[in-house]
Amino acid sequence: MLTDQLFEGQHIRFAPPDADRDAERVSKWTHDPEYLRLLSADIAKPLSPGQIKKQYEELDKDAEKHNAFNFAVRLQEDDRLIGFARLYRIEWTHGTGSVQIGLGDRNDRGKGYGTEVLHMLLRYAFDELNLYRLAAMTVEYNTGAIRFFERAGFNVEVRRRQAVQRDGKRWDVLMLGLLCDEWKRAE
Amino acid sequence: MDILTGRLTRLTAANPDTDAEIIARWSRDSHFWRLAHTDPAYPTLEQTIKRKLEERPIDRQGFAIRTLADDRLIGLIGLYTIFWPQREAFMGIQIGERDYWGRGYGTDALRVLLRNAFEELNLQRVSLSFLEGNERAKRSYENCGFRYEGRQRHAWAYDGRRWDELFMGLLRDEWLIIANDK
Repeated sequence: MLTDQLFEGQHIRFAPPDADRDAERVSKWTHDPEYLRLLSADIAKPLSPGQIKKQYEELDKDAEKHNAFNFAVRLQEDDRLIGFARLYRIEWTHGTGSVQIGLGDRNDRGKGYGTEVLHMLLRYAFDELNLYRLAAMTVEYNTGAIRFFERAGFNVEVRRRQAVQRDGKRWDVLMLGLLCDEWKRAE
Repeated sequence: MDILTGRLTRLTAANPDTDAEIIARWSRDSHFWRLAHTDPAYPTLEQTIKRKLEERPIDRQGFAIRTLADDRLIGLIGLYTIFWPQREAFMGIQIGERDYWGRGYGTDALRVLLRNAFEELNLQRVSLSFLEGNERAKRSYENCGFRYEGRQRHAWAYDGRRWDELFMGLLRDEWLIIANDK
């Protein structure tokens, strides 16, 4: 039979992004530079709820073109928003895409939510979208993210030397990859 | 010295009125397309290319490659994504005229682009990727000082099998050493 649930996990669930409901909370997360710098190499800057709404509209455009799939991550117990998960930069002819996950509040990290989110995101990518491989990107100072993706079966494939400069130091950008076959074997 | 002129080629703005027809012809060469693009090979109308050339977005540096000998358009080159705060850019090059493959024209244009990237835009790093098995591209990048940084396994599907995407990078310090040796 088909998998019973794609969007319901044990502790969390995947919901559609809802800017009207969540912009305020997501804006608060952007006032935490540590979160932003762990999340990506983009310029860290705080965003207002209005700016967050605009960002969500941009994400919607990619989603409409089916180049990206965006989820809001909510807790099962009280429906509280704790983060986001997305598949983006999808190239359908090659069956490839990239993953990104963020848990905005540091109190929600280290509780296994991220592992559950990644597990559900990979299942969606491989069992629903039928992608062939996924990539993830992180900066070398984010050792937690590297371990996190490696535990899920990702391998470091590319090291872009000194691609990021922060706090006066240059850091490598790591690109990790996971093939559908590898994921199926591990499941 | 004109910073955009090399030994065999120079980098110019593409001329939408005269260049679009030539680029449209290249788009019908499917082998060339696969080396230059990741989206499916698909012939492009001259008008579509003309429109794109007219846009000239300022966040990317795109150039037409012309021969010094007879000012002929033979390819395109550019920095297509620039991360300014990190001063990193991704570059791409395509030589559409097959008569000019393997004769040093691409490498010459590449050196001009790199000089512009490091000595005019003052970038810290230039990155690129290419299809496994494209030895001509690999040699040319190595000759310009690029170093191999890894491969995304099975990133592309063509002709019923998977191919790796190879990544290379060149740092500002590495470029300056090479450039000063010349």
